[in-house]
Amino acid sequence: MSAAALTWEQFRFERKLFWRNPTAAFFNFVLPLLLLFLIATAFSSEGEELDTLIPGIAGMSVMATTFTALAYVLVYRREEGILKRVRGTPMPAASYLGGMIGSAVLNALLQILLVIGIGHFVYGVDWPADWLLVGAFSLLGVVCFGSLGIAFAHAIPNVDSGPAWVNAVFLPLIFISGVFYSADDLPGFLKAIAEALPLKHLIDGLSAGIVGGGEDTLAAAAVVGGWTAVGLLLAVRFFRWS
Amino acid sequence: MAAAIEVRDLEKSYGPVDAVRGLSFSVEQGEVFGLLGPNGAGKTTTVEILEGYRKRTGGNVSVLGHDPEVRDRRLQERLGIVLQSSGFYPQATVREAVANTSKAYSRPRDVEETIDLVGLADKADARTAELSGGQRRRLDLALALIGDPELVFLDEPTTGFDPAARRTAWNAVRNLRGLGMTVLLTTHYLDEAQELADRVAIVKDGRIVAQGPPSELGPEQARYRVSYLSSGRRVEHQTDDPTDLLHRLTSDALARGERLDGLEVSRPTLEDVYLELTAE
Repeated sequence: MSAAALTWEQFRFERKLFWRNPTAAFFNFVLPLLLLFLIATAFSSEGEELDTLIPGIAGMSVMATTFTALAYVLVYRREEGILKRVRGTPMPAASYLGGMIGSAVLNALLQILLVIGIGHFVYGVDWPADWLLVGAFSLLGVVCFGSLGIAFAHAIPNVDSGPAWVNAVFLPLIFISGVFYSADDLPGFLKAIAEALPLKHLIDGLSAGIVGGGEDTLAAAAVVGGWTAVGLLLAVRFFRWS
Repeated sequence: MAAAIEVRDLEKSYGPVDAVRGLSFSVEQGEVFGLLGPNGAGKTTTVEILEGYRKRTGGNVSVLGHDPEVRDRRLQERLGIVLQSSGFYPQATVREAVANTSKAYSRPRDVEETIDLVGLADKADARTAELSGGQRRRLDLALALIGDPELVFLDEPTTGFDPAARRTAWNAVRNLRGLGMTVLLTTHYLDEAQELADRVAIVKDGRIVAQGPPSELGPEQARYRVSYLSSGRRVEHQTDDPTDLLHRLTSDALARGERLDGLEVSRPTLEDVYLELTAE
């Protein structure tokens, strides 16, 4: 079988496994949507607040489906010896990892569409002003957070500590990056940290596509792109099979 | 016919620790070869170098004519590897796990037939997370065999098994020989090496201290024991040449008109050899 066919086989296998894992499905799909409903309902959000919340939840979903999910999966498979076993077969590394990453990317893109759809049909938010911009930032976002998740997995020592490590990054980041409220309202030092990290800029980019308006999309893309380069470098440089 | 595995002066150090210090052996095609030794002797390090997982520090290694350090799909196609411990996708069934692995090989064995071969036919639809320890080990073997390998590595295949499970596993290894596969087995169980291996190398502190068929490892390495009862006490002699000793003992006894009660001559077992060679 060609490397491309093997990638496709692995991708299909990953999809099958994903839907049989209720925990993964919950954290990837249900939790971000639950937060969207709860916050929108609790604060009776409308207008401007929803314009913050919808791109914010979309950005958070990208991080949950790629960074968080890939870090968990890689650590589990590495520590269980699954990666080492695969390494002992003729399976090309690119096909195996390609199938695995492809599955995470599909989850991210599905979830973005789901969030936008719910925003439109449930909360009456307009369809995105610029679909192309939404697509571009979605792709950039999954590559960025996917590679950072793989790189981060290299630092996680074992399966048991995985959730602690991942949440130590994920939770503070979503609170300072403008998922639930505009990051512009944050105190200076928190805002400075958020500005240096990629999630706020991904949300700005998605916001420009979904809501339209003022953000400097090129500057946002530059920051996300910079982190993508760092992520790819670390993901490849420190990859280990066992 | 070229040897399946050729190892010459293999060395491996981890920082200041020398795990393997000049190992040499070869495994012929169709042979079951056992690396026998206590824990920490360097068996797994040696096997993982042959499997391509580790880089050697010195020496030469050839596996089916390839240098395993250079990753090559064509070599991996011909190998089956059972690691000391490795897991499965918990959400996959036995059949799905085997079928998924089969995709990587250009000429895999039949999925159902391979599941049947390792005795998991009635568990084919069970999730791997539901398997018992012995069943997991059999799935390990199925995943190693699905590519129809010429050479199979088994790293401590029965460690932690109960006696019945060990018998089952031993039969599985004998089946591999029947299928014409070459097997390199590591174990720290003597009886396992004796039961399964055509030839054994005893490894201690990263060196081979004895090598040969289990039945022939005795005489050169340890002495025969000759013992008899004399006034109700057992007297034991050790010798390299029991013929001469027996002749003297029996002619002395005949000359005195006595009998040598309870006369026993025992060849040293592999266990004697092993304990003598691996003693600290």
